[in-house]
Amino acid sequence: MTTVALKPATMAQALTRAMRDAMAADPTVHVMGEDVGTLGGVFRVTDGLAKEFGEDRCTDTPLAEAGILGAAVGMAMYGLRPVVEMQFDAFAYPAFEQLISHVSRMRNRTRGAMPLPITVRVPYGGGIGGVEHHSDSSEAYYMATPGLHVVTPATVADAYGLLRAAIASDDPVVFLEPKRLYWSKDSWNPDEPSAVEPIGRAVVRRPGRSATLITYGPSLPVCLEAARAAEAEGWDLEVVDLRSLVPFDDETVCASVRRTGRALVVHESGGFGGPGGEIAARVTERCFHHLEAPVLRVAGFDIPYPPPMLERHHLPGVDRVLDAVGRLQWEAER
Amino acid sequence: MTVMEQRGAYRPTPPPAWQPRTDPAPLLPDAAPYRVLGTEAAAQADPGLLRRLYAQLVRGRRYNAQATALTKQGRLAVYPSSVGQEACEVAAALVLEDRDWLFPSYRDTLAVVARGVDPVQALTLLRGDWHTGYNPREHRVAPLCTPLATQLPHAVGLAHAARLKGDDVVALAMVGDGGTSEGDFHEALNFAAVWQAPVVFLVQNNGFAISVPLAKQTAAPSLAHKAVGYGMPGRLVDGNDAVAMYDVLSEAVRHARAGGGPTLVEAVTYRVEAHTNADDDKRYRADSEVAAWREHDPIDLLEQELTARGLLDEDGIRAARDDAEALAADLRARMNQDPVLDPMDLFAQVYAEPTPQLREQRAQLRAELEAEAEGSH
Ligand SMILES: Cc1ncc(C[n+]2csc(CCOP(=O)(O)OP(=O)(O)O)c2C)c(N)n1
Repeated sequence: MTTVALKPATMAQALTRAMRDAMAADPTVHVMGEDVGTLGGVFRVTDGLAKEFGEDRCTDTPLAEAGILGAAVGMAMYGLRPVVEMQFDAFAYPAFEQLISHVSRMRNRTRGAMPLPITVRVPYGGGIGGVEHHSDSSEAYYMATPGLHVVTPATVADAYGLLRAAIASDDPVVFLEPKRLYWSKDSWNPDEPSAVEPIGRAVVRRPGRSATLITYGPSLPVCLEAARAAEAEGWDLEVVDLRSLVPFDDETVCASVRRTGRALVVHESGGFGGPGGEIAARVTERCFHHLEAPVLRVAGFDIPYPPPMLERHHLPGVDRVLDAVGRLQWEAER
Repeated sequence: MTVMEQRGAYRPTPPPAWQPRTDPAPLLPDAAPYRVLGTEAAAQADPGLLRRLYAQLVRGRRYNAQATALTKQGRLAVYPSSVGQEACEVAAALVLEDRDWLFPSYRDTLAVVARGVDPVQALTLLRGDWHTGYNPREHRVAPLCTPLATQLPHAVGLAHAARLKGDDVVALAMVGDGGTSEGDFHEALNFAAVWQAPVVFLVQNNGFAISVPLAKQTAAPSLAHKAVGYGMPGRLVDGNDAVAMYDVLSEAVRHARAGGGPTLVEAVTYRVEAHTNADDDKRYRADSEVAAWREHDPIDLLEQELTARGLLDEDGIRAARDDAEALAADLRARMNQDPVLDPMDLFAQVYAEPTPQLREQRAQLRAELEAEAEGSH
């Protein structure tokens, strides 16, 4: 086996590459959205696609999210595979009508006659100093809508693999891109793209014995750092990266919790009514007799996303994670 | 042969139950933007008004430059410049009475300042210390709105409510050319026309929505033409001509105040600088296009008129610049002070009464901050 020299690439570049490869492999794949053409998107994630595939396949649309997604529904009805970009998390909200009333339930309404293979790419989450409406974590809204897949990569390789899988999926996928990881790099090789990941599998990023940190997207690096820091306290933390919120990989998550006996869910969207509540309930239902402490959550506060100068107080950081890990221990010893 | 091609078979007139309410002709905009400066009509313009507009334009230009400089120093997270669009911004503020309301978008800081909001408070959103730095009720200026066109239905509702209460209030709402593609724009225009609400919609057509040119935004002959379909007049005006802007907007405000209903005004202008400091405009437009528009500068146009009529000399120009310089110096000095932030504000105004959960979270953050303070000693 030959070893390939690994060139660092950013998550944004991996996403571009995934769309490029999907477009080259399948002429029905169309990219569209605001500023995705000439500009290459405000994050440059669609850079070069209009040049390579023409404006009919990478299209600057009028500025109307409901129109973009609604048109994608019609395009998918006619056999295309639209990949639409919503410029920022909060600007996807005008498209919720289409997403919830049509995209998510067309297969079900038509008894399977009309599946919609649409990928909705949404840059989400905070930590980039964005002004109001540029930092929302909207995953709970998507998760609460039956009929949608909800996927969020945390590594460069997953950005590529999961986006290929999303575009290939015959069902609609809300593809959440953690925007503060757009410029993160790891040793993914753009010339040797990784295998296409099936949607719906979590992965253990770091094995450990003391407790399981369950996380995804922008919070994965925080949890890995916390796990490193926890070593000093003698805690050996396992970190599970969900990668897919819907479908949810009960198997990987519960296998880990059964091993460690303790679980903590970490995400930056609000805790109340947030993804962590669902995850904690599932883990409790399945692993009750293995648990040595209640499943805890570390989440963003239950407030509208704050202005950039205050966001560091809102976002769950390493200290808050470690503090919760301490409480897991305490709960066990009580 | 289609039905339409068969003589007599196609009946263009609908059955009598449905009748169009008005002759659309008076609603249609002129073919070319309305202009005053550089024409004979300029001689009729009131010297006091010309001087007021001039002073505000010069202040606005200086404010734009200062705010842009502040982004380079990292004092502002982002600034969407309105260089070249100052005439639209200033006219929008000056045509309103105190009791009227302004509904700005994120680019309209100048209109907000010209309306009397403190220049530092107007920048709070963009600096990042809070979302809205001023009390909207104090100056009757809605929060600067980031999601596109979503403030337009608010303007309609407010104007409608004022009329229901018997108050003589007009709302002026600002939106970009790109924003006119959003569903909220269409819904707002329709509500306003059906309710005959006293609203003026001002579209600043500055050529681009970030990178997307107007031709990809609409196939309409002009954005002002869109008004006709809703049953309101559309007006096309040179957005770099401060006097024309003032004329058209004040006429629309008068019309609304008199119970005539809404007007859609399209100001044809140009965004001379990039979308924001985070944008690379070289990717989507030629320098020559920008240069051509710099030739049609709103300040130069007005200065020429004032000088020609003997209403402005070197001293007058200097006085206007000194006044603008003072504004900039004050802005600079106050923006260079770090804002005093209280992290507890995160929980202060989520609800009238904080929920038990928020109280808990507040206590958690307080404990964290105390531990942090201990640690740093
Ligand atoms: C609903 C919504 N979608 C997308 C955006 C992102 N965005 C911010 S400004 C902008 C372009 C707006 O162009 P235009 O309306 O012409 O106003 P201009 O910036 O030119 O003043 C876009 C797409 C947004 N703010 N809101």
